[in-house]
Amino acid sequence: MSTPTAIAKPPRDWSAWALGFASLLIYAFLYLPIIVVVLYSFSATKVNAWPIQGYTLDWYRELRGDTEIRNAIGLSVRLGLVAALSSLVLGTLGALALDRYRFPFKPGIRFLIVLPITLPGIVTGIALLAFFSLTDRPLAQWTIQLFGLSFPIPLIVAHITFSITLVLSTVAARLFQLPSSLGEASADLGATPWRTFRRVTLPLIFPAMLSGAILAFTLSFDEVVVSLFLKGRDNTLPLLIWGRLRLGLSPEINAAATVITAVSLVGIVTSTVLLGRTFRSGGPGNE
Amino acid sequence: MATTVAESKLTDQPQPGQMLRGIALLAPPVVWMLVFYLIPLVILLVYAFWSVDYLTVVRELTLENFKTIVTNDLYPRVILRTIAIAAIVTSIDIALAFPIAYFLARKVTKHRELLLMLVIFPLWSSYLVRAFAWRTILGTNGILNSFLQWAHITDQPLTFLLFSKEAMVLTFSQVWLPFMILPLYTVLDQLPKSLLEAAADLGGNGWQTFRRVVLPLALPGVVAGSLSVFSLTMGDYITPTLIGGPGDQLIGKIIADNFGTANNWPLGAALVFPLLLVIFTMLVVANRFGALGRSSV
Repeated sequence: MSTPTAIAKPPRDWSAWALGFASLLIYAFLYLPIIVVVLYSFSATKVNAWPIQGYTLDWYRELRGDTEIRNAIGLSVRLGLVAALSSLVLGTLGALALDRYRFPFKPGIRFLIVLPITLPGIVTGIALLAFFSLTDRPLAQWTIQLFGLSFPIPLIVAHITFSITLVLSTVAARLFQLPSSLGEASADLGATPWRTFRRVTLPLIFPAMLSGAILAFTLSFDEVVVSLFLKGRDNTLPLLIWGRLRLGLSPEINAAATVITAVSLVGIVTSTVLLGRTFRSGGPGNE
Repeated sequence: MATTVAESKLTDQPQPGQMLRGIALLAPPVVWMLVFYLIPLVILLVYAFWSVDYLTVVRELTLENFKTIVTNDLYPRVILRTIAIAAIVTSIDIALAFPIAYFLARKVTKHRELLLMLVIFPLWSSYLVRAFAWRTILGTNGILNSFLQWAHITDQPLTFLLFSKEAMVLTFSQVWLPFMILPLYTVLDQLPKSLLEAAADLGGNGWQTFRRVVLPLALPGVVAGSLSVFSLTMGDYITPTLIGGPGDQLIGKIIADNFGTANNWPLGAALVFPLLLVIFTMLVVANRFGALGRSSV
């Protein structure tokens, strides 16, 4: 860029400043609640009021000593891992099939797979509740114990279901960008489809698979809308927060919420870095 | 049919085994979705035709629940209120998303990736956390009230802030905003620069260019975003519970209550029908505007 002069400047440059200022305000609006929660998790007083009287780490210490919260975090992590790993496999299979092959009812199958994110979460929640209740076995008894840890089946099923959609779309988007010539070249050179997959396709889509799985974990870790209907004996962290919210706000909840936010932040950053340039653009300023 | 349809991106030659391989890959996720999404959904819809007798479900077909929904004037009111609030929230989000999406797509030259990630991140931070943060802000002894008193703007807490329609609209607009910004960004980003230049060359001023060129081309993004925001607002029960007043319940909350404390699953299931009707209508409209696109999924 040359030195800006009155003549070289585009005539409506002020619009960039106006838009930039508006955007700044909108960013502030987007982040206000998150900032409030994080800030007040360090507040020394029990009441969330302005101005903040002092700062403390007490609420985090209390969090660490709270077995209920520790158990809830444990369940949330287990649930997130199971959902991420299962949907990693199922979602990738689906993405490969939809991208590489033709078969009857393809539009219908696409529709079915995106349905869990098209319809509101409440529908998934109550549909699975109705499904599991047909057996007349209470939800709490749908928990299995493995290695001394509890695995609530209804929650696991629900989290895998919405995670499949997520991984599938992430991987499908990556496959869509890949030139089909790569696979063709590999086939021309005599590679079997399996070898082509292992040596060409898989390395190329692996970051997207991982990114989708991390997003699935992140989503599962703070999911509450579906989970509330399918809660068995044990609470996940968001379910526990929901339960305690009804008793009133406390700084400890802010601290727990900050933990959830931090997990999300790590998840989304890792996932974005893995995906590389998420958004291809043709706008100004882009080569 | 098998051989002609079975062409794939891998080879130009149709192979007989191709379709089978595709089906083998597709079977696990599709069977999962059928068993754990579609079948439960069908069961849910069947529930709507059952009834409740002293808290036990009577599995005999009846239209009683639908009659209740239509005749009891609570439900039509709730449905209309939900649609109205969803429409207001959607309009606010369109108005808020346009400047930031336009700025990111057309004006920003540096750090665009980072700025976009900043838009996406709130989506992935807990929805529950954000909704309850508004309660912390708007409550009688909340941050806004104590701030106003601290600044001597008011000398008593304003009690109308929380538990109101306005507070719900504010919360919804904030939590769903990224769903509007992202599709809008995508369409604005793909807008050819030459079109804007042509409009300027032909003497169009900023507003004319925006209204006659940008807006029509951005419409698919607006529709796609509106679909998400509308559908999410329609089905939500968290914000009405945390932020809404007793008099402004939305359909999602009524459905949730029927599956919870009110324990009338058939009525709750019947209330899913109007919800689905509105969402599917919007899907059809969105499809017409090309908002669903030919995406990879």
